[in-house]
Amino acid sequence: MPMLDVKNIHKSFETTEVLKGISFSMEKEETKVIIGTSGTGKSTLLRCLNQLDPPDEGEVWLDGEELTNPSIDINRIRQKIGFVFQDFNLFNHLTALRNVSIGLEKVKQLNKEKARERAMDELKRVGLEKQINQYPAQLSGGQKQRVGIARALAMDPDIILFDEPTSALDPELIGDVLDVMKSLYGKVAMLIVTHEMGFARNVADEIIFMEGGVIVEKGPPKQMFQSPTKQRTKEFLGRIATLYGAE
Amino acid sequence: MRGLAVTIELTLLSMLCASTLAIMMAFGRSYGKQPLPFIALIYEKIFRGIPLIVIFILVYFGLAQIGILIDAFSAAIIGLALHSTAYQIQIYRSAINSIPEGQVIAAQSLGMSKLQAIRYILLPQMLRLSIPGWSNEFTIILKDTSIAIAIGVVELMRQGRYVIVREPSVALYILLVVALIYFIFVFTINRGLSYLEKRYHISGLEITKAR
Repeated sequence: MPMLDVKNIHKSFETTEVLKGISFSMEKEETKVIIGTSGTGKSTLLRCLNQLDPPDEGEVWLDGEELTNPSIDINRIRQKIGFVFQDFNLFNHLTALRNVSIGLEKVKQLNKEKARERAMDELKRVGLEKQINQYPAQLSGGQKQRVGIARALAMDPDIILFDEPTSALDPELIGDVLDVMKSLYGKVAMLIVTHEMGFARNVADEIIFMEGGVIVEKGPPKQMFQSPTKQRTKEFLGRIATLYGAE
Repeated sequence: MRGLAVTIELTLLSMLCASTLAIMMAFGRSYGKQPLPFIALIYEKIFRGIPLIVIFILVYFGLAQIGILIDAFSAAIIGLALHSTAYQIQIYRSAINSIPEGQVIAAQSLGMSKLQAIRYILLPQMLRLSIPGWSNEFTIILKDTSIAIAIGVVELMRQGRYVIVREPSVALYILLVVALIYFIFVFTINRGLSYLEKRYHISGLEITKAR
């Protein structure tokens, strides 16, 4: 049984159907990257998975539990699904350390001291031991995003969803964030929406190409980049290559 | 100076009631499920549309007519609180709405319930952002307590009038003293609150003065 199983997800906003039947599954500690043009429902899909935007149709299963079942305690499940946002969404009134520890204290009910220690460890892991007492507004974009990753990691999730984690960053800051993500490879499952093709090619176990609310094609990076079977995939990758420079 | 004590009591008690009620309604309006936003909206429209003195009279004499008897002091607190709540909802609501919704979503992604997200993420930021508007409302309530004279509460202004009746020759002097007491009180409160505002600012989010 796969760790995460997504079955035939449909989601509409008013009259527009954004997701038109998405199915895929993920194993423990697997890394998958979702690529595709903007407005094609990639972010919506991530939000459907942790039920921030519950899907209209279809099922999401994690560890043998159905998340789309309305009677499930979704707050308990969300602890197992980390979420890293494009625009960080850090808590502005809390220091980097408290941003990471507050979930441990208030959700996992750890005592202050334990939560603090754990938060320190996670911030060290993302290379921010010097910034623990700074507030979000005093951090650079790359540092903010690493706090965001540490905050997700601290909860010991089964899987972390990344919603375009580097899209809001200056180019020179992207590398730090991607390095942290690479270091997590094989330690926690990651589902990453990104336009960083180099990263996708080097890190992903599988690449999922989405367009128009459906999965057009999926496969290992080598196959996807060198010999995609669908015309649409070829066109998309060709366009991306001219935009970002072929690697 | 019993009048002054009554004025202070009226201010503090009605401020306490109004702030609590308004904070709840403001969250209800921004993050609550229907019918909460609707109730808060209707409340706000009604009580912002009625002059304070009419509210006082309705609470004191109106309720008495349908058999609910309350003393003038309580009626004044209720009246002031009902009135101020309607205005304070706006203060808190604009503070709440200026906090990006993404922070609530992030908190929920960590497994917090909506109430926890409000309590630990929104409330602390909202209170800081509300201090300027709140201190404004505080001074308004303080001065509005003088309207309680209409239902016979013996507060600062009323006390002043008593003295004037006894010694009409010093009327101007007494009125100036009353005005001065209000002023000193308001001034002190505002200084105290702007100290709080500086003390609890969020680092990096200060608005620096334009050069």
